[in-house]
Amino acid sequence: MRKSSTVRIVSAALFLLALLVAVPLLISITGRSDLYYTLTSVALLSIISAGVWITFYIGRINIGQGAYALMGGYVSAILVTNYGVSFWLTLPLAGLFCAVASVLIGLPILRLRGVYFAMVSLVLTEVARLLALAMPITNGAKGIVSIPLPAGISLFGITLVPDFASLANPRLAFYIVAVLLMALCFLGLYRLAHSRIGQLCQSLQQNEELASSIGVNIAYLRVVAYALSSFLGGVGGAMFASISQSIYPSSFTVADSVNFMLNCFLGGLGYVLGPMLGTFVLYFGWDVLFQAGEFQLLIFSTVLIVLILVLPNGLLSLALPGKRSG
Amino acid sequence: MEQVIANGLYLGAQYALIALGLTLIFALMNVLNFAHGQMYVLGGFVTYSIYGQLKLPFLVALICSGVSLAIVGALMEKFLFRPVIRRSKREESTMLLAAATAFFLDALILLLFGEKQRGVPKIVSGVFISDSVILPYDRIVVGLIAILMIAAFMLYMQYSKPGRAMRALAQDRIAAQLMGVKVERYSMIGFALGAMLAGVVGGLLVSITGVNSGIGGPISIKAFLMVMIGGAGVVGGAIAGGFILGMMESVGLTVLREYGDVTYLVIFALLMAFLSIRPHGLMGKPWG
Repeated sequence: MRKSSTVRIVSAALFLLALLVAVPLLISITGRSDLYYTLTSVALLSIISAGVWITFYIGRINIGQGAYALMGGYVSAILVTNYGVSFWLTLPLAGLFCAVASVLIGLPILRLRGVYFAMVSLVLTEVARLLALAMPITNGAKGIVSIPLPAGISLFGITLVPDFASLANPRLAFYIVAVLLMALCFLGLYRLAHSRIGQLCQSLQQNEELASSIGVNIAYLRVVAYALSSFLGGVGGAMFASISQSIYPSSFTVADSVNFMLNCFLGGLGYVLGPMLGTFVLYFGWDVLFQAGEFQLLIFSTVLIVLILVLPNGLLSLALPGKRSG
Repeated sequence: MEQVIANGLYLGAQYALIALGLTLIFALMNVLNFAHGQMYVLGGFVTYSIYGQLKLPFLVALICSGVSLAIVGALMEKFLFRPVIRRSKREESTMLLAAATAFFLDALILLLFGEKQRGVPKIVSGVFISDSVILPYDRIVVGLIAILMIAAFMLYMQYSKPGRAMRALAQDRIAAQLMGVKVERYSMIGFALGAMLAGVVGGLLVSITGVNSGIGGPISIKAFLMVMIGGAGVVGGAIAGGFILGMMESVGLTVLREYGDVTYLVIFALLMAFLSIRPHGLMGKPWG
C-alpha cells in the first residue's frame, strides 16, 4: 500500500500551496486577521516540537526543548539589539549556537536513558530560566524588549526580502516565513527519517547495545541527533522572539517543554508529520476552549486524557493503521 | 552551623517523604508521575478544609488527606494508567497521560479551592531555643511525624505481605506474576500508597508553609531532583536524595546568600556533574 513518490510530492506541494495561498485568502475574506498570529505560532511550535521528535527517534524522552528555544531567542535578540546584526543572519546563528551548546551538554547527559534523561532534560529547562534570570547580558527578569522587526535583504539592488517594518501587514509576512520554515523543516525531517542515518537512529531507539555491537557509532549518532533537535529549537525560539519583539526568562518554561513533548506524543511518535498535527490540534484546541472561561484547562485536560485512552499511539495511528512510516 | 543542619534535616524529612511516593510509583509501574506535585497540593487543600475550616483535629485532617489521595491514586491507576499501559506501543505514552492528569488536577484544584494562598493555624505554638539552634515547635513536630512515617513505610515494605509483593513486582514484574503475585492488585495498592504519601506531606506542610494551587509543578521538579540524586525506583535512594537535597538547600541558602538567588542554579550544576559521573544516581538500577 505504498503511495508512489510522485503522489507524495504532489500532495505535499498542494498542502504548501493551500497554506500559502488559500489560508491568506480565506483570512482576508473572513477578516479574522488574528488567526495569522495563531497559525504562525502553530507553525513555529511545530518546528520546535519536530526537534523533540528527533530525540524521540533515538529513544530519548526530551523535556528540555524549552531551554534551547529560550537560548535561541536570547541569542537572536542580543545579536539584533546589541550588535545590530541582521535578523536573517541571527536565525541560523541562534540555531548553531544552540547546536554547539547541546553538543557540550549532550555529551554527558546523553549517556542517561529512560526517565533519567527525561528528568535531567526537564531540569535543563529550569536551568535555562534561572540562567536567564541571573546573567547580566540577558537583563534579568525585565527581559529584552522592543526588538526591531527583521530588516530587508537585497542582493545586487534587488529586494529579496522586504523590510518588515515598512510592510502594511507584517503578520502576513511572518506567517509566510513561518510556513516556509516549517515546510523546510519537515522536508528535512522526512529525508532524515528515510535516510541511512534515520534507520541507524531507529536502531538506537530499539536497542543501543545491539546497535553498538554491530558497529553503529552510538555516541556520535545520538549527539548529532540531539544537536539537530536543539538547532530546530533555537531557530523556532529566535523566530518567536522576533515576532513578539520581546523575550523574557519566562518566555519558555517547563510547561512549554512539556507541551512540546505532548505535541509529539499526540500526533504520534511513529510518524514524521506527528509533531505538526499534534501542535495544530493542541494549540487550536486550547484557543477554541478559551470561550469556556475558567473551565478551559479542565475541559482541555479531560479531552487530552480521553484522547490518550482511545488512541494511545497518537492521532495519526487512526489515519494510518498498522503502518509505521517514521 | 547547627541551625543550618537542623533546617536541612527538617526539610530533608519532608522531601524524602515526597520522593518516596514518586519512586514507589516509578518502581512498580515504570510511570514517571508528573502529577505528584499536584497530588501534594490536593492533600494540602484537604487538610486546609478539614483542619482550617471545619476545625476538626489536625490528625483527623491528615488521615483524611491520606485516604482521599489514596482513593484518587487507586482510581487513576485502575481507569487511566492500566488501560494505557496495556494498549500503547511505547511505554513513554504513560508520560503523556501523567502530564495530562497533572493538568487535570491543576484545573480541578483551581476550580475547587481558588488561587489564593491558604494557611491554617499553627498546630503547636512556641519556639524551641537553645544556644545555637532556634526551631519553632511545629516544625519539630512535623519533622518527627515525617521521620516516623518514613520508618513506618520502610517497615511496611520490608515485613508486610503487600510490601513483599510490591518489592517483588519492582524487581521483576513477570517473575512476580509467575510466582502468583496478583500484579494488578498490587500495582493499584502501590499507586494508592504513593499518592497517599504525597497527600500526607501536603497536609503536614500546609500547617507551616501554607498551600496554593500553583506550587504543584515546582514540587514535582524537586521530587524529580531527589529521585535522580538517589536513583529511580529505589526506596533507600529516595530517602537519601531527599535528605541530600534538603541539606544542600539549607546550606546553599546560607552560604550563597550574598550572590543572590543562585542556590538552585548551583544545585542543578552539581547534579549535572554528578550524573555525568554516575548516570543512575547513588543506588539506582542501571537503566530505569
